[in-house]
Amino acid sequence: MRLLYFAWLRAKIGTAEEELKLPPQVHDVKSLLQWLKSRGPGYAEALKDMQTVRVAVNQDYVGPEHAIRDGDEVAIFPPVTGG
Amino acid sequence: MIRVQHHDFDVGAELETLTAGNTRSGGVASFIGLVRDMGADNRITALTLEHYPGMTEKKLAEIEAEANRRWPLDASLIIHRYGRLEPGERIVLVATASPHREAALAACQFLIDWLKTDAPFWKSEETPQGERWVEKRAEDDAAAQRWKATKWW
Repeated sequence: MRLLYFAWLRAKIGTAEEELKLPPQVHDVKSLLQWLKSRGPGYAEALKDMQTVRVAVNQDYVGPEHAIRDGDEVAIFPPVTGG
Repeated sequence: MIRVQHHDFDVGAELETLTAGNTRSGGVASFIGLVRDMGADNRITALTLEHYPGMTEKKLAEIEAEANRRWPLDASLIIHRYGRLEPGERIVLVATASPHREAALAACQFLIDWLKTDAPFWKSEETPQGERWVEKRAEDDAAAQRWKATKWW
């Protein structure tokens, strides 16, 4: 699984991109975010308020129930502010 | 057409190209977004736009396709810049051409409203107090939501 982080989420986590093997307890977006939060203080801080977190799997917006598979590109970022 | 680029664009030339060789269009509508400095207690010396290469192009193409489904457009264009930009610089150009002005104007507003809530761009502002990430505005969500309830024109 390829994980991408953008904007202040990237700054708080401290990396823009990482390649991770899908752990057994991760099967959807919700469980992925729960697991990520346990990976360190930067992750916990970045993901503490889910109202400010958006997730895209393979470049489409998804909700918490969306399934995650090995090989997916998962991007985690704040609400967008372009235009 | 979609373009995501760092460099500036020539508005006149872009609008010219949009309807070149097309005598069917009766009107072109356009919106240009600029970097603004609010002044006083809200000084901004520059803006840096980050984006998600790949998803940005995909979302912009989807938004453009949706506009073309809803309105009879002869042509449409979205150019969005990324990187560091200073006050007064152009950020985005949205333009639509249609036989009738209602469709061109409505589609142009639709494109900029949806782009603001769906295209993966993030702004960081340089201020005298340091850098800060721009927060999402509730008004932008409301503006995009309006189009989800409205059908056609």
